[in-house]
Amino acid sequence: MGFLHRHRGLTPYLLLAPGMLWLSIFFLVPLGFLAYQSLQSGSIDFGYAFTWAWGNYWDAIRSYRGQFERSILYAGIATVLALVLSYPVAYWIAFRGGRWKNLLLLFIVAPFFVTYLIRTLAWETILSDNGLVVRTLDHLHLLGVLGSNGRVLSTATAVVAGITYNFLPFMALPLYVSLEQIDQSLIEAAQDLYASKWKAFLRVTLPLSLPGVVAGTLLTFIPAAGDFINAQLLGSPKNHMIGNVIESKYKELLDYPAAASMSFVLMATILAAVLIYARAVGTEKLTG
Amino acid sequence: MTDQLTRRELLQRAAAGSAVLTLPGLLAACGGTSKAGAGSTTSHKLAKTLHFSNWTLYIDKKGNRHPSLDQFQKQFGVHVDYTEDINDNASFFSKIQPALSSGQSTGRDLIVMTDNSRYPSLLIKKGWAEKLDKSAIPNIKNLIPQQQHPNWDPNRDYSLPWQSGMTGIGYNEQLTEPVLSMGELLGNKKLKGKVGLLSEFADTLALVMAANGDDPSKVTDQTFNRAIATIKKAVNSGQVRQFYGNDYSGALAKGDLVATMAWSGDIVQLQADNKHLKWNLPDTGGDIWTDNMLIPKGGNVYTASVYMNFVYEPKIAAEIEDYVNYICPVTGAKQALEKIDPSVANNTLIFPTKKMLDNVHIIDATALNNEKYQTAWQNLISA
Repeated sequence: MGFLHRHRGLTPYLLLAPGMLWLSIFFLVPLGFLAYQSLQSGSIDFGYAFTWAWGNYWDAIRSYRGQFERSILYAGIATVLALVLSYPVAYWIAFRGGRWKNLLLLFIVAPFFVTYLIRTLAWETILSDNGLVVRTLDHLHLLGVLGSNGRVLSTATAVVAGITYNFLPFMALPLYVSLEQIDQSLIEAAQDLYASKWKAFLRVTLPLSLPGVVAGTLLTFIPAAGDFINAQLLGSPKNHMIGNVIESKYKELLDYPAAASMSFVLMATILAAVLIYARAVGTEKLTG
Repeated sequence: MTDQLTRRELLQRAAAGSAVLTLPGLLAACGGTSKAGAGSTTSHKLAKTLHFSNWTLYIDKKGNRHPSLDQFQKQFGVHVDYTEDINDNASFFSKIQPALSSGQSTGRDLIVMTDNSRYPSLLIKKGWAEKLDKSAIPNIKNLIPQQQHPNWDPNRDYSLPWQSGMTGIGYNEQLTEPVLSMGELLGNKKLKGKVGLLSEFADTLALVMAANGDDPSKVTDQTFNRAIATIKKAVNSGQVRQFYGNDYSGALAKGDLVATMAWSGDIVQLQADNKHLKWNLPDTGGDIWTDNMLIPKGGNVYTASVYMNFVYEPKIAAEIEDYVNYICPVTGAKQALEKIDPSVANNTLIFPTKKMLDNVHIIDATALNNEKYQTAWQNLISA
């Protein structure tokens, strides 16, 4: 007690210590090891040795540019879809949910009670060639637009749909939180000042909900870009993402340096995308 | 540290450390820092527990019990800690690799890995597999002749087969005419987008090479490239829907696949639900693979060897076979099975005819460890 009293300045650091310790043991140390591994060369048969093999990075970018671009594209489309789908839902729950709010939120989270793998496998059945979805699309003459070769499963559409579905709650929940905090009287004030409902939404509600939009898009986009389960189960070889390549490098080829360097390239790509995005919407929106 | 150590070096150092290959010798070989050898000993004393990792649904089962394991415990007083934690070779290897490469015990005495993956030969090459105690396995004489000298373990010093299976073509006879050749599977336009290939390098390569008129047991750059070109053409034309692991069975059952490369034992199990599923070796031949029991470094050699001897008893092998439905490597098991379950004993997918066995190839083990081939394959299946 006496010690802390005398060194009051230390208190915030002491409070931070457990978190910092956690991060350094479980994030920084493995990350450092990964960086070390990414600069190794050799083979599993003869062992890997550290040789400053920067060529690994060049190889990763040169050989797998297609998969990197595809990952960013799929994750980007899925993020936009998730935003478009969950904004009205979150809006409705926040402003019209009333006493059902908690139950409705539970419905959004409910799929998360089932494991990721099972949720994704369910889409194999939903989108099956002989299933209801494909037959309906066929009747509506949309199969040619959304699918290819008369099917939806094992196409890009299925992969993007799977990612959108799997990450939807990460979008919906932050949106709900930021919408729920909006002071209703601000919207009333806008209408008192002769703003139409639509204009009040555009000028008041939407800007105030931007922190939720930013948080939601980041929480969706970042894990989606590294995902490989959806592409593996719902895609064809032509839809594989960079996560699939990293997985096969690590597990099948036992080429640990290649897998490590590709992970770093992915990290850098995501970081760059996020920075551009943050720049465009303004960083203060991140924190509200 | 053992990463840099070849098996020969390991053995040399072990021999230098001690006249016989005993625990201190092995520890000396590893630099003595590890607890790896804790359970590893050549002494002829049984451990209390045998830690056995196997694939799912790969041993006899009655309710929650495994009768053959109970019998082993009764006879030898060794409890078998049986875990079904192997789903595919690559994932399992990546699970045990960190322990093995840092010289620590994997916590397992017996594991089962497939010889058409690179891993069994890699385990031996890197000194990560223990030598069997053959003095404890007199029943090794019951190993069928075809299995006695695989080129990655010519004298069966490190491994014994658990089960084998064949890779061929499975199809749904309600949805297609019989598909009896790879040419038809990869070229028949009526099957477009409804054809599956296996993501397992060895299976797909062996069948395609045989169909190209090349020899899968001797892979050369030329024959390899020819096979890759054949597969690429089928993928680019949209004929091939996807490369599958075990999951092709669901797609075949649902009708998303009409014809696919398939493993014999899977089809036996799927036929129970859908008798319209058929399986054949392609006219140019299929391939045969074997799941092998191996003792990972640090495992209890004597106890694991005693267990291997136990399952090479024809009567025990027959009991396991009656449930597992793959191909049994034990001579005399068929005769023993005829007494308890003749329908299984007479199923040619479980006890193949000589004609079938003459029509299956074994993939070249050196090709499996060829980095260039492996990379080309992985790039093809995740284009």
